[in-house]
Amino acid sequence: MASLALWIILAPLMAALVTGLAGSHLGRRLTHMLTIAGVAVSCVLSFWVLLRVLGGARLDAPVYTWMVSGGIPFQIGFLVDPLSALLALVVTFVSLAVHIYSIGYMADDPGDIRFFSYISLFTFAMLLLVLANNFLQLFIGWEGVGLVSYLLIGFWFEKPTATAAALKAFLVNRIGDLGFILGIAMVLHYTGSLAYAAVFARVPDLVGTTVNLGFGWHVQVLTLMGLLLFVGAMGKSAQIPLHVWLPDSMEGPTPISALIHAATMVTAGVYLVARLSPLYIHAPVALSVILVIGSLTAFFMGILGVVATDIKRVIAYSTLSQLGYMMAGLGASAFAAGIFHLVTHAFFKALLFLAAGSVILAMHHEQDMRKMGGLRKYLPVTYATFLVGALALVAFPGFSGYFSKDALIDAVGQSPIAGAAFAYVLLLLSVFVTALYTFRMLFMVFHGTERMDAHTREHLHESPWVVTLPLVMLAVPALAVGWILFHPLLGGSFFASSLATPLGVNPLARFAHLTAWHFFLSAWDAPTFYLMLAGLGVAVYGYLWRPEWPARVAAGAGPLYRMLLQGYGFDALYLRLGAAGSVLLGRGLWKWGDERVIDGMAVNGTASRIGWLGSLVRKLQTGFLYQYAFTMVSALVVLVFWALVRY
Amino acid sequence: MIPLNDYLILGAILFALAVMGLFINRKNLVVLLMCVELILLAVNINFVAFSRYLMNREGQIFVFFVLTVAAAESAIGLALLVVVFRHRQSINVQDLDQLKG
Repeated sequence: MASLALWIILAPLMAALVTGLAGSHLGRRLTHMLTIAGVAVSCVLSFWVLLRVLGGARLDAPVYTWMVSGGIPFQIGFLVDPLSALLALVVTFVSLAVHIYSIGYMADDPGDIRFFSYISLFTFAMLLLVLANNFLQLFIGWEGVGLVSYLLIGFWFEKPTATAAALKAFLVNRIGDLGFILGIAMVLHYTGSLAYAAVFARVPDLVGTTVNLGFGWHVQVLTLMGLLLFVGAMGKSAQIPLHVWLPDSMEGPTPISALIHAATMVTAGVYLVARLSPLYIHAPVALSVILVIGSLTAFFMGILGVVATDIKRVIAYSTLSQLGYMMAGLGASAFAAGIFHLVTHAFFKALLFLAAGSVILAMHHEQDMRKMGGLRKYLPVTYATFLVGALALVAFPGFSGYFSKDALIDAVGQSPIAGAAFAYVLLLLSVFVTALYTFRMLFMVFHGTERMDAHTREHLHESPWVVTLPLVMLAVPALAVGWILFHPLLGGSFFASSLATPLGVNPLARFAHLTAWHFFLSAWDAPTFYLMLAGLGVAVYGYLWRPEWPARVAAGAGPLYRMLLQGYGFDALYLRLGAAGSVLLGRGLWKWGDERVIDGMAVNGTASRIGWLGSLVRKLQTGFLYQYAFTMVSALVVLVFWALVRY
Repeated sequence: MIPLNDYLILGAILFALAVMGLFINRKNLVVLLMCVELILLAVNINFVAFSRYLMNREGQIFVFFVLTVAAAESAIGLALLVVVFRHRQSINVQDLDQLKG
């Protein structure tokens, strides 16, 4: 089992290293084949591991001790349990689809060998994170995916906006990671271990322990620990107020948006909180914070999706909103529901992104939805798969998103955690918003009048099979995975050994005896269904029947609309608060420290002093022999006299 | 018998003359070479004087070495002088200031 897990993570790493170091010698075809083979091996092995886990196999063992410091071993190890096995399969499957898709999407890009090497490296880092059995390895994988995310957002590095977006993502994640590493340090301090199992075993003893933060302010250790670790999750999973990097990350190539910024990396924070559920159930205050922040993100980021006009940005805001849902689910201590939504979301959101990429390809890299419309008849496969993804996203009954999201919302409604009622209302409103922006996007892109120019229209055609195959590959789970996983994940005991059950009321108790079929039939009873239909209705009215109506509403809303366009002004605020000081400091160091002290005094100063000394000394060298001879002899005389006087 | 002191004074006078010649002469490179020879000869006188005074023959042997080296040196010096003259049409010491920085 350990060697299986090792092969799962090493196969993509080897592919990434070989193609990254020797890619230019291998050529494109061989690079594609190598990286796809690496991920395919991982995917097949993950599937096998999941089957064995279903058969009862478990693994929690170190495979390599990196070092021992202060009696604490720093180890690389694997934890294979239902949670990590399921996520490993999701990661490798989506990664495989994205690899195949990228052959078509990156076909005419000069950097596509680099690209393939990066995404294989990403797969490795993500699997390292998911399969970790200790905080250290989790952190290594965490930073690894962050690094590859940075590299890939700035993949088109000749575009200034892309490098700026990459930098922004990296910097915002640093803030989150600061909290994360403080949290890990706290875990190490209070439990004396980094391995999950040992930490969780110590957690119940820490209940009631407080830490003094100064000024007589005592905080529960577990609450503070949970909050600090959640700050890391906020950075990675782009929760308010650390969400600002995700919309800008759309500067990267579309397959990246699908793989990293929708399906896998951004859900690492969700995975983290779920993985640490044995800790969080003892920290209700931290759970409340997670719940409120998650629901705020779900609602307010969803609204931004309604005003965005870039197709990828709409999906990015939708991702933010769905991540908010997952976090809210976790905060309501319905950990299984959060993970369930993570899984279904990974499939349908990757599908939506890849389908959007197919549209962008067909439109010759035009991403503005105002220049699209009526693409349905030109791109039939893309349309059909996009529709599946969209219906899953709005939680249309029968699609995977319905099972996970409605169960999640229901669980939040059942939760006794403080703030649950507030979160429940926000999440319900978000259902309406989700339906509105999703159908708006669908109608603007695929229905209505054709707004592209004549040249683009002539060249419209369906994408090649390497692009449409992954769409179909992802559309199948986007349809089916909800039916398959609903009962085992929410009702059954699948997660019994990985996720903790809350101490008090279990918000998922209702699902214990509910089959997917019965849940499907009960769709009409829930308010979410009608809110979704309302969103659909508004979208049909505004974007199919009366296309001039949204512009009027926007004009009527005035300042509110402008505030939405600027994303509530978070960027401006951060620029003024955080970035301005850094820029000032940087400029000071540049002008004073670098130009004056280092350049002026140390580097150029040394040279000019020596030049000045030389100009003095050169006057002694006249070129006249008799002067040299005179100097020599007189110096000799002086030396002789000196010697005589001394001895 | 002439005392040692007189020989040493003669050597010193010759040496001083030669050195002054080196300093003061600014016209002719040949004179410069002659001054160098004169320095060596002043040294030779000291060698011979001490050899006689100490009844030790090594000093006189050294004189032969010095004379040999002096001959070789003046041969090379004169050859250089010829080359310099061909090159610059002059052996004026004051013109030879190419070595300044």
